[in-house]
Amino acid sequence: MAKSNKPIVWSLFAGGGMLAAFLIPAMIFITGLAVPMGLLSKDVLAYERMLALAGNPIGKLVLFGVIFLLLWHAAHRLRMTLHDLGIRSGRMAMLACYGMAGLSSIAAAVVLLSI
Amino acid sequence: MNRKPYVREMPKSWWLGQRRYTIYMVRELTCVLIGAYVLVILVGLFRLSQGPAAYGAFLDALQGPLAIGFHLLAFALALFHTVTWFGLTPKAMPLRFGEKTVPGTAIIMAHYVVWFVVSAGLLLVARV
Repeated sequence: MAKSNKPIVWSLFAGGGMLAAFLIPAMIFITGLAVPMGLLSKDVLAYERMLALAGNPIGKLVLFGVIFLLLWHAAHRLRMTLHDLGIRSGRMAMLACYGMAGLSSIAAAVVLLSI
Repeated sequence: MNRKPYVREMPKSWWLGQRRYTIYMVRELTCVLIGAYVLVILVGLFRLSQGPAAYGAFLDALQGPLAIGFHLLAFALALFHTVTWFGLTPKAMPLRFGEKTVPGTAIIMAHYVVWFVVSAGLLLVARV
């Protein structure tokens, strides 16, 4: 049987999609709506608190894992959708989507390690 | 290989004509907003690494009308992602015990229960 990297690509996509389904609505609600609109106290996202979260090794690992999987999910789905939207250059779409996700993941790792 | 496969021309707006195609495309495009939100988080972490003043400016920026509008749209599409994703779980991972097949609705409901618990947990942990 021909070797294929599809299982890896797809399981990362599925993992990210599942994570997004479970986490993202509550996360957007907290960080993007409730705190900025004053429904929740500003202290929820207080500097010291977020520093404590992103400052310890386990927090870094969890944050990186979530960011990486979500970016991969978005990149893979966007790549497939670009084809559906009539962008036929598969290689370009692949480079652009996975490249963006890869570079952003590296940026996330660098930023997390600097905290 | 030296062949040119025939590619039928499709209007770029093929997904606008029929409701189910439009819903499919909206579902697929939820990933753009989810990706953008992750980038917002990434910017937040970067500002956090720069110190309290920079991070404070980031929090202030989240209160702008554009930021609120973006997060409202992202929230709506994130909910759409969750609902459509759960809806596909019985097809993506059907469960069988011996001769018995677990009904799809049970698999979907289980995901909703976990979602509820996770979301409530996140809110509880976040609360000050």
